[in-house]
Amino acid sequence: MRLAIREALLAFRRAPMLSALSVTTIAFSLFAFGLFGLVALNIRNALQRVEDRVEIRAFIADGTGSEATAAAVGDISAFPEAASVRLVSQDQALQRARRELGEFSDVFEEGILPASIEVQLKPGFRDPGTVKAVAKRIEVYDFIDDIRFGEEWVEKLHRLRNIATLAGLALGLTFAIVAIIIIGSTIRMAVLARSREIAIMRLVGATNGFIRAPFLIEGFLKGTLGGVMALVLAWVALTVINRFVVQAEFFEAWMGAVGVLAGACIGLAGSALSVGRHLGRV
Amino acid sequence: MIRFSHVHKTFARTGAALQDVSFQVNKGEFVFITGPSGAGKSTILKLCFFEEQPSKGEVKVYGTSSSAFRPTDIPKLRRRLGVVFQDFRLLEDRNVEANVAFALEVTGTPPSQVSPRVARLLTQVGLASKSTALPRELSGGEQQRVAIARALANDPVALIADEPTGNLDERATRGIFQLFRDINASGTAVMMATHDLDLVRRAGCRTIEVNRGQVVFDSASDGGFRPSGEVLAVEDEA
Ligand SMILES: Nc1ncnc2c1ncn2[C@@H]1O[C@H](COP(=O)(O)OP(=O)(O)O)[C@@H](O)[C@H]1O
Ligand SMILES: [Mg+2]
Repeated sequence: MRLAIREALLAFRRAPMLSALSVTTIAFSLFAFGLFGLVALNIRNALQRVEDRVEIRAFIADGTGSEATAAAVGDISAFPEAASVRLVSQDQALQRARRELGEFSDVFEEGILPASIEVQLKPGFRDPGTVKAVAKRIEVYDFIDDIRFGEEWVEKLHRLRNIATLAGLALGLTFAIVAIIIIGSTIRMAVLARSREIAIMRLVGATNGFIRAPFLIEGFLKGTLGGVMALVLAWVALTVINRFVVQAEFFEAWMGAVGVLAGACIGLAGSALSVGRHLGRV
Repeated sequence: MIRFSHVHKTFARTGAALQDVSFQVNKGEFVFITGPSGAGKSTILKLCFFEEQPSKGEVKVYGTSSSAFRPTDIPKLRRRLGVVFQDFRLLEDRNVEANVAFALEVTGTPPSQVSPRVARLLTQVGLASKSTALPRELSGGEQQRVAIARALANDPVALIADEPTGNLDERATRGIFQLFRDINASGTAVMMATHDLDLVRRAGCRTIEVNRGQVVFDSASDGGFRPSGEVLAVEDEA
């Protein structure tokens, strides 16, 4: 094992330019992925804040008896998706409107605003589909005049997040493949450069695992290094964005760790896929 | 012990290289494989260290059979064999010591044992004084001695040599051959392919002659009968 690590490190020294190139490519691949990840992360965080405020408002027709509405509130509270259900009377609606509008509060006459039932949903039930379904179920009461749940913007935000996630995934995957190909070709060159040694290793009875190990370690180290470099680049980019564009959040520690690990995996995968194929030809 | 039983070897592009080859090399034996170039000598040796597998028939080398072996058996087998070639196959960027140590390191010899064993091996092949020289600073004969030291690194039961003197002059050839005799005297079997008929005649060892992929003569089974010397001489040119 010690010999394998020494060999792997020697590979950096033997081909410093090539090694630097492959580390940088992995770094840039993961960096691009990371930037998208940051976008998705920040959209997600924003969405979460927005979703916390997702609520359904069902407006009650004038003259509906309080028993009927109380019964409805009871029924809706029993929905598994419902977190809280509140009855807002005409008076309360008026007070709230006056409070929110301040100096224009006089424009509201008593009784102009309808009473409503406000439903907040539990986390996990705040996606457009569920919100719509719950709204449909509330709408069946015939004293419900109108129902609002901000369908427009909820759907839009969700679509945005889905697109960001999908784009991030697609881009990340593409870059991962590019990185794997680049590592693969570096390994190919390394195998060719060491073909004489490898042939002799085989001849004197070195095991396949032993012959492979330095290449796998090399790929792993390059991938890890690339991952760390990408993380640093992403952090620098975020600092610049925070300073000049918009306040955004950075990855949590575990996400950074996953990123570095992903780099290691890409490096390992690139060498593992390549080394078998090329060793076979030596 | 090495045993070929009705071995055929066919290459996709060049066709039959060996046809129905059978022979046996016993423990500690010294055997020449002779024949004109293209006869199949190298192919026989490659089958011995499992670089190639027979298309038909069976090659059995120290318990490992070509018809039933796992991939992990090959490294194990090769540690029991030493192989040398006409072109030495040394690592040009490493000195003599490092070339020999390489064989020990890559087969998992404990680091503390490498250095003393290398020293012993270099003494055995008569190169103790050149341990820090690079291969290109050595004569052909000396380079072949390094290759032999490397082949002996893991104490092989048999030494397989494919035209080891092919690139050497008369003097160096005699030196290397004498080294093989010494190695053989200490109990290691030697299988040496050569088309140096002078060497073969003078040595008086067992000789297996191949031609066009077939064994045409084996001194062990033909009781010393040889095909006509003229024919051998002509083939030597080929
Ligand atoms: N790897 C190979 N692929 C195709 N043909 C081969 C290969 N190795 C040997 N041969 C063929 O097998 C025959 C025997 O070759 P070889 O064993 O090298 O002969 P020798 O060592 O006696 O000169 C030749 O005709 C050669 O062309
Ligand atoms: Mg040959």
